[in-house]
Amino acid sequence: MAARVGVVMFPGTNCEHDAVLAVQRLGASADLVWHGDTSVAGYDALVLPGGFAHGDYLRPGAIARFSPVMEAVGRFAAEGGPVLGICNGFQVLTEAGLLPGALQKNRGLRFLCTTVSVRVESSASVLTAGVPVGTELSIPINHFEGNYTCDRETLAVLRDEDRVVLRYVDNPNGSVDAIAGVCNADRNVVGLMPHPERASDPLLGSVDGAVLLRALLASALASAEPVARATVA
Amino acid sequence: MASPELFSVLVEVHLRDGIADPQGATIERALPALGLGGVTGVRAGKAFRFDIAADDEASALAQATVVADRLLANPVIEESAVTVTPAVAAAPAAAGPAAAGPAAAGPAGSQS
Repeated sequence: MAARVGVVMFPGTNCEHDAVLAVQRLGASADLVWHGDTSVAGYDALVLPGGFAHGDYLRPGAIARFSPVMEAVGRFAAEGGPVLGICNGFQVLTEAGLLPGALQKNRGLRFLCTTVSVRVESSASVLTAGVPVGTELSIPINHFEGNYTCDRETLAVLRDEDRVVLRYVDNPNGSVDAIAGVCNADRNVVGLMPHPERASDPLLGSVDGAVLLRALLASALASAEPVARATVA
Repeated sequence: MASPELFSVLVEVHLRDGIADPQGATIERALPALGLGGVTGVRAGKAFRFDIAADDEASALAQATVVADRLLANPVIEESAVTVTPAVAAAPAAAGPAAAGPAAAGPAGSQS
């Protein structure tokens, strides 16, 4: 059985086809879900891909949070469905309150487009299940606002609850505690700044991102079975 | 029932204390080039202006605060300050009941 992945597309999203292709090549089926849709029924996992949703006006993700689909994404997440936010998708999830913290302009005010090493810090998330802690992955980043920020109390909670999923080996953007990815308390919503879909084929220079996407698809199938979410359109 | 009046709103958004402000820091570092070495504590922010039709100033302030808190500022990293003043009853733009304008037009009103 193949996982069914919905890739949410806002006006200004630009990594949706990369995300679709990457999960298809790992055996999943994938569709684009328009931001005006009000249902995400029938999917085992959702991906909010990178780009500039609504032009990143005001703040990245600030307007996307009000797109009709986000209510459905919120319900899907509340029911335990795996949700992955990549780059701009991570920003959208923080603005929507599905993940803690915020993403600020990079320290040094430079747009960063490079490949970085990230270390898996927790195997207890839908993106890292089965991936040993300490695994280092080579994955591209491509952002201006990737500097993860949260208050001290939130950071303490994230650490105590083992919710820092990925850390940069060499912090490129000033993120607090070198955080590259976090998850919610239920561990089914994960956001990360690096782009795993861009490291999913030897032609792209790395297949390390496929390690994460494969884990996501496995989590999707695992969560689909017991929950048996309604597939009514 | 009172006909709504128009109020001018200014929302200023800035980063919370303790949140790094790379824009402000960069601006501050540029100032010595102007021969101004004594400027410190530069913080960058945003300002938004809009009008709200409301029954009274308190109601306008309440609505503007919702706009500021729910959309214009991200409370995780930002704070906002909301200022509401009676709109200057000059522009007859809408065919509405513009006559309701308050006697004193208020001190604000200078646009850029």
